[in-house]
Amino acid sequence: MGVHDRDLDRSPHVSDEIRKTTCYMCACRCGINVHIRKGEDGQPKVRYIEGNRDHPVNRGVLCAKGSAGIMQHYSPARLMKPMKRVGPRGKGEFQEIEWEEALSLATEWLGEIRSTDPRKLAFFTGRDQSQSMTGWWAQQFGTPNFAAHGGFCSVNMAAGGIYTFGGAFWEFGSPDWSKSELFMIFGVAEDHDSNPIKLGLAEMKRRGKKIVGVNPVRTGYNAIADEWVGITPGTDGLFILSLIHELLKMGKVDLDYLLRYTNAPWLVIDNPGGADHGLIARDKDGNILVADRKTMKAKKASDKKVKPALKGECKFARGKVARPVFELLANKYLSDEFSPENVTERTGVPADQIRRLANEIAEAAFEKEIVIEQPWTDVKGEKHDKMIGRPVSFHAMRGISAHSNGFQTCRALHLLQILVGSIDCPGGFRFKPPYPRPVHAQPKPHGGSVANTPLAGPPLGMPRGPEDLLFQEDGVTPQRIDRAYSWDAPLSAHGMMHMVISNAHARDPYPVDVLFMYMANMSWNSSMNSRGVMQMLEARDEDGEYVIPKIIYADAYNSEMVAYADLVLPDTTYLERHDCISLLDRPICEPDVMADSIRWPVVDPATQADGRDVRGFQSVLLDLGARLGLPGMTNEDGSAKYADYADYMANHERKPGVGPLAGWRGNGDSHGRGAPNPRQIDAYIENGGFFEAHIPENARYFKHANQHWQDWAVEMGLQDGPVENVFNLYSEAMRKFQLCAEGKAEPQPPESHRQRIIDAFDPLPVWYPTFEGTQISEEEYPYNALTQRPAAMYHSWGSQNAWLRQIHGSNPMYVPSNICDAEGLEDGDWALVSSYHGEIRVQVKRMKAVNANTMWTWNAIGKRSGAWNLDPDAPEAKKGFLLNHLINELLPPKGDGMRWSNSDPVTGQAAWFDLKVKIRKAPDQEGPTAPQFESQKKSRTAPVNVEYGKEWTK
Amino acid sequence: MTSLPTETTGKKLGLVIDLDTCVGCHACVVNCKEWNTGGYGAPLGDEDAYGADPVGSWLNRIHTFEVTPDNAPAQIVHFPKSCLHCEDAPCVTVCPTGASYKRGEDGIVLVDESMCIGCGLCAWACPYGAREMDPVENIMKKCTLCVDRIYNENIPEVDRVPACVRTCPAQARHFGDLGDPESDVSKLVAERGGMDLMPEQGTRPVNKYLPPRPKTHSNTPLSKQAAPADKASGGFLGWLDSALEKL
Repeated sequence: MGVHDRDLDRSPHVSDEIRKTTCYMCACRCGINVHIRKGEDGQPKVRYIEGNRDHPVNRGVLCAKGSAGIMQHYSPARLMKPMKRVGPRGKGEFQEIEWEEALSLATEWLGEIRSTDPRKLAFFTGRDQSQSMTGWWAQQFGTPNFAAHGGFCSVNMAAGGIYTFGGAFWEFGSPDWSKSELFMIFGVAEDHDSNPIKLGLAEMKRRGKKIVGVNPVRTGYNAIADEWVGITPGTDGLFILSLIHELLKMGKVDLDYLLRYTNAPWLVIDNPGGADHGLIARDKDGNILVADRKTMKAKKASDKKVKPALKGECKFARGKVARPVFELLANKYLSDEFSPENVTERTGVPADQIRRLANEIAEAAFEKEIVIEQPWTDVKGEKHDKMIGRPVSFHAMRGISAHSNGFQTCRALHLLQILVGSIDCPGGFRFKPPYPRPVHAQPKPHGGSVANTPLAGPPLGMPRGPEDLLFQEDGVTPQRIDRAYSWDAPLSAHGMMHMVISNAHARDPYPVDVLFMYMANMSWNSSMNSRGVMQMLEARDEDGEYVIPKIIYADAYNSEMVAYADLVLPDTTYLERHDCISLLDRPICEPDVMADSIRWPVVDPATQADGRDVRGFQSVLLDLGARLGLPGMTNEDGSAKYADYADYMANHERKPGVGPLAGWRGNGDSHGRGAPNPRQIDAYIENGGFFEAHIPENARYFKHANQHWQDWAVEMGLQDGPVENVFNLYSEAMRKFQLCAEGKAEPQPPESHRQRIIDAFDPLPVWYPTFEGTQISEEEYPYNALTQRPAAMYHSWGSQNAWLRQIHGSNPMYVPSNICDAEGLEDGDWALVSSYHGEIRVQVKRMKAVNANTMWTWNAIGKRSGAWNLDPDAPEAKKGFLLNHLINELLPPKGDGMRWSNSDPVTGQAAWFDLKVKIRKAPDQEGPTAPQFESQKKSRTAPVNVEYGKEWTK
Repeated sequence: MTSLPTETTGKKLGLVIDLDTCVGCHACVVNCKEWNTGGYGAPLGDEDAYGADPVGSWLNRIHTFEVTPDNAPAQIVHFPKSCLHCEDAPCVTVCPTGASYKRGEDGIVLVDESMCIGCGLCAWACPYGAREMDPVENIMKKCTLCVDRIYNENIPEVDRVPACVRTCPAQARHFGDLGDPESDVSKLVAERGGMDLMPEQGTRPVNKYLPPRPKTHSNTPLSKQAAPADKASGGFLGWLDSALEKL
């Protein structure tokens, strides 16, 4: 050839070893290959992190956050040793102590509570990925006051789904990317299934299929969507019900599917004013009834010979009357109230667009039907020779759920999916194992705290009805500090972490003694009303003692919350720790794959910095459990049952043969069920950090009614017997709450709560305006404001990351150009944005690709000065800001002086996105952003420059 | 001044970037940085990394634009940009020391850092702004197309692609020989109408961009309204009877 280039080493040495573990740079839990190479000091260092090609979640790809793992692992904000507070709370003044002192102190504080009143421990674990273990610990301790961050994240999405069809998006289900003809995505944060969604969108694009983005802001996924619906925040439910209105009008519903898999034919008792009005009709043996289509006589729903009616009146003895669910549903949504013309003003979506989209959904579902020639047998014993799919799929997350009408909106979306027959069919939404798992297959919530005694079951669960609420002896006062499972939020299945500090400060319903938190930046971006929360944490009583007496906090980094702790337990980074991403918890399964995974110390913390003396939080928790003598963590002789979390992962059994990890049990040859295997973790490591089992072909679809699935799920230990799962178009459980509020059943809510329960617990999905919008003057606060999570930053963690902070080091307020014009605002101007609760000073960036009434900014970029060991003048502190300062955990006072939590009345989900604001140009055009806070003291000095990897370059 | 290669194999390695699929997530940007900071040449430094004004060198960046097409609402376009490995690379010909060069073997444009004096002329000559002076080492850095990966026998064959391509979650980045009309990337460019960036500059970039496909707008009319269910049959519930009959 005669081509002569300069000499170049074509095969340079990359790494000494690849260690495969699980990412923790956000909540997706992708598989990663960590390349380890010896550093200058002779110690192993992280050379490079890439996606694991074999992993079911990310199949080799890795996002910006995952790719920045090196900077997180070597962050100068890492905590190095346990610390005891020496200055006043909030300053960040600490003294480093030894682990023995830290653990003895914690044991003393916790032991005193456990032997007197275990409720005085509030244990809340933030972005914890080990909730099956931390929840079990709380149960063994005996406190009902446990939850992770679901209550301020997306409980509406999870509960709305589980109460409707025994599943939910993200961890519990996914679109059928390879077969969908049409995909619609509503308000999705980038840290929720981010790589799988991007892979899926790419697959849809390759196949030339349409993607519709429903979001007030046209960034990210919405930027590449083929069609954008620039909806007004908080009106998604109305938009969805209008789509349903149109589909019903066209008769584009899958009646066969509804008859087979849903409660559409069930009879609802029509007895206005009666204590049974709205309940499902049952015979005297409790069998659910339907009406025979020809005779309209009541028959058992389980009778295979009956052809049930979907409309008409069924008369019972003694003049009682009942009607099928479907008739109630059709009458409700065919009402003109939901016509596209009547919802267009509120939703901001043109009527013609709604009508066209309804037609496109109908066309995809019914004219592009998919048939898979795969025989299967349903749970009633009927054999099917094929699987028929309605290839239209949906996905949604916090955008629709973080509203005070979010639960019903999530239910409305699932109702839409079910009406077109697209749940767990080819091309539709698909369950991920261990789901489907309807409410009756979930645990109930448990309270009943007694000294020195574990709770009878896990603190969190799914109430079946009002009988499962957790009240104190008076029948009204909540048992839990966050008021979960009370009339404030009856179905608060993930707890209400955003209310804990506020309630503990108010000593309502009672004071706590120790607030124990993990990975939850409550004094900053994880709270509404951040300044107020800081003040509550600093508040002292008349004796000069802190109102919240003791705070223990575990974190890997010097976050804003560290400054408020009395005792700090330093956690490891994600590359130094054991973890299990368990099927008992929030697993990593995909629709065709049952999977779980581990983290393991791919580097030893002691080698990663001088004097580094940190321990994985879960190991510390087990140690504390043993010191406290908690059952399950202590041997009969009083010694610790588990040496550390790894020991627990391999040897703990939740029930015989079922433990935290499903793979390689017994002698290493049984999966799902089997005796503990002491070599189990090694087997995971050899397999790349994860386990997967493929679902049999005949069990892949219609899992809610598929006998092959049921058999396989039992074999694999996902369930212990058959689980019936009839989709609840109509929720009888919700009707039961209404009956209590109507005074027809017990227990009854206080007068103050009755109307709210009646309005919010409609057994058929409804839409009502968000609370903040109705309780303040929309004339005074005419605009919506919300945050989005950037793709390249996970909550507050990212700012300590030298690479990611160069991408998102500060955040402007993106303001629609029409609002800018009205307020005389230009790019870079300083503006004052205010809500009924507070005011912030921010810099403006004009934007057009956004709903005309909605301004927005990136979430959690703003930092308290000095936090995360950043320069006190870092752009995160001086140009970044939090919207949280405008949002209160309580709504404005009502006429009676009562203040409601700023949450969904059904689940207690924090209503972040209900915020209403006004904006004006700041009189003085200078920074920094406001509010500003006194600098938090750094725990270490950060280096000036970084040249990572220099030791390996020539 | 430095010459472009006079003898070449005809091979033109480069990237094809799909603007229809890129969600602007920065995965390529960061994965590029983490691979290259410990790889070819000097590290990619970060000055004032935890301070008030952090500045680092990057070989690939995403630019986000808002565009308002005629008769359509505004939209966002994410535009990843790195060295385009131009055939007529002005950054090479402007280099006073011969540090910047284009390989005859595969067309990759590289900087031989042992010869770079940090004068910055190449960055000034590049019309795309694709070169960055490292703020700590004061050496010119640019995309190497992961020349230390694509031939590297120490990594599996399937991984011998640039780090940005391997990591892209939206699979918007493709790597191959754009000099071979039969390569997958050349076919993709032909199918999708792949474009040169700023062709008027006469640099003949090897990298290509695939344009976003047309969008549906809120005012796009309905092509076919399905018939209402309730017409002939006495309302929706009347339709229900006939529909149930057919099951």
